[in-house]
Amino acid sequence: MRPLPKWADLVLVPLISLTLAALVAALVILSIGESPWFALTTMVKGSLMTASGWGHTLFYTTSFIFTGLAVTVAFHAGLFNIGGEGQAQLGGLGVALACLYIPWPHWTLALLGATIAAAAFGAAWIAIPAWLQAKRGSHIVITTIMFNYIAASLLMFMLVDVLRPIGSQDPSSARFPPEAALPRFNQIPGLDLLFPRTVPVNVTLFLALAAAALIWLLLWHSRTGFRIRAFGKSEGAARYAGIGAVKTTMVALLISGALAGLMSVNNVMGDAGRLLGNSAAGAGFIGIAVALMGRNHPLGVVLAAFLFGFIFQGGSELGFMTSIPIEMRVVIQGLVILFTGALDMMVRMGLERVFVRLPQAKAA
Amino acid sequence: MDYASVLQLLDSTVRLATPLLLACLAGLWSERAGIFDIGLEGKMLIAAMTSAAIAALTAATPTWALFGLDLTWAKALFPPVIWGLIAGILASIVFAMIHGIASITFRGNQLISGFALNFIAAGLTVLIAQSIFGQGGRTPQLAGDARFSPVTLPFTETIRRIPGFGPFYAEVISGHAILVYLAFAIVPLTWGLMYRTRYGLRLRAVGENPAAVDTAGISVVRLRYSALIITGILCGLAGAYMSTALQAGFGRDMTAGRGYIALAALIFAKWRPVAALWACLLFGFFQALALRPDIVTAIVQFRVPGPILDALPYILTVLVLAGFIGKAIPPRAGGEPYVKER
Repeated sequence: MRPLPKWADLVLVPLISLTLAALVAALVILSIGESPWFALTTMVKGSLMTASGWGHTLFYTTSFIFTGLAVTVAFHAGLFNIGGEGQAQLGGLGVALACLYIPWPHWTLALLGATIAAAAFGAAWIAIPAWLQAKRGSHIVITTIMFNYIAASLLMFMLVDVLRPIGSQDPSSARFPPEAALPRFNQIPGLDLLFPRTVPVNVTLFLALAAAALIWLLLWHSRTGFRIRAFGKSEGAARYAGIGAVKTTMVALLISGALAGLMSVNNVMGDAGRLLGNSAAGAGFIGIAVALMGRNHPLGVVLAAFLFGFIFQGGSELGFMTSIPIEMRVVIQGLVILFTGALDMMVRMGLERVFVRLPQAKAA
Repeated sequence: MDYASVLQLLDSTVRLATPLLLACLAGLWSERAGIFDIGLEGKMLIAAMTSAAIAALTAATPTWALFGLDLTWAKALFPPVIWGLIAGILASIVFAMIHGIASITFRGNQLISGFALNFIAAGLTVLIAQSIFGQGGRTPQLAGDARFSPVTLPFTETIRRIPGFGPFYAEVISGHAILVYLAFAIVPLTWGLMYRTRYGLRLRAVGENPAAVDTAGISVVRLRYSALIITGILCGLAGAYMSTALQAGFGRDMTAGRGYIALAALIFAKWRPVAALWACLLFGFFQALALRPDIVTAIVQFRVPGPILDALPYILTVLVLAGFIGKAIPPRAGGEPYVKER
């Protein structure tokens, strides 16, 4: 059978998968006695029809770009980093330490410092699983999952026993100083015309877009990227060409962990202004869906991140405005991962059958 | 530490090892057939919710009817907890079949399929429990015959009087739910089926070299699906045990990573049934330790913060994976979809 045309492979297959996921989600909503159409319009209204909705959607998009890129880089090396959640939480710890214990004179310097801290902590958290994968062959999927649970416990310990201000009851750090607050879109001249009221989206969005561009350069226009992709395509061939397995695995995974850690600049520094428990809120896992949907390409990741930003914000709107529980968005995310990631071949096989017939019709 | 607290620790080890053991054997069946399954967690979760929900509903409704037909006699065949168990197993099998369709029929990525199903289960369980019971995604507390009650083994009172072994028999071996004994019985059963029957031989072969099995005229697809059905049944038992025996009802994300710990135990056991039993008892012991901070404090002589104890099973899992495992060689064809030659 002939391969699919490129446009069909890149655009049509994900769109059909997405439609199938949406149809199943609609069935789920129907079966709990709600209207799928009402759910969809509520989601669109709550995320794309108001300035506040856009402010939230773009805020989540920012986080998902980082975690999506994290999964993408590891995927290109043939590795499945399922631990974005833990790396993002550790990144949050890095951001909190940088913002609390270093007196920054201005937010630009604070952003630089927090960025370095977030990336370093995220990378450090994947370093042990990465080393175990590279040197001892412990499966990265299992070890990163274990590290997600360990991260959650470590963060709980840090928040309850170390970072919690004296006299405070809730497990969270002290508030960061005002110099470490990032400008939100409603505080940026020009953009404040579009966003009159306080929104969570902040300058980190530009950092995320820059990261996407950098990862594109890294993967397709650098030696490191070439090594990573060659290693991912065929480990044997890469070894034969003199590409070190240990080094490539380590580099790819450390970059991946750093990217996952970076998402904390957005939510911990850009929005919350302090470190809270469960700060990553599932964004690390959503990165996997984003990478799959975005076909492991930075541009695709940015677009898919926006889609998931919409699902996330729309889903919380569902929780507020309807009797559909907020967990619906977890179901939708799972369905998207299932259809775009695992049942991809089903769509492809169907399409191939259609395309085999098409040119004959044209020739006639 | 006195003998009584040792016994308590071992007793809760057995309780906590049971769901791990069932899930680990579930993973063993599918991985030995060449299908990676990180979706053990999701299958346990959906089974836990379904069992608790069906047990609660059956206990709460005095009569059953379908299309005007009185089915109360059918309801009376089993106590509610068994209806819950059956429903939980069926739900788990449905998830296993979705994994099969994705990873056998459509040759998709097995890790991603399992991961997606975990996600769907995490959301769907809360969604369904909330829409049926409206208690914030939990099922009502189960009591009476909607739960598995402890089984007292014969002669417990007689044997108890034997010094040393007696209390061990009474506290650790006797007094568990029937599913605990079933789980331990499934270990030799799995071993026998896997190493002493033709089906088991073929199943192991399909995990190592599916092309050879195919050449011998045996259907790779059918064998793999049959293994996934067994996986579904065992995960269903594990989930039902969680919500109707270990706990009295389903709660959000109640499996808390046990599906993944079971996978780690499976690797630790090098995909062998009897070794899986010991691995799961070890991991169960770690979990039991995490529940008894006083014992840990008594041993190490300083206060260990709660979150660190919670992380202990996971840290030890990583240590086990990293160091003491020797060379774990997975089934050779694991994770690879089989494409039949034409």
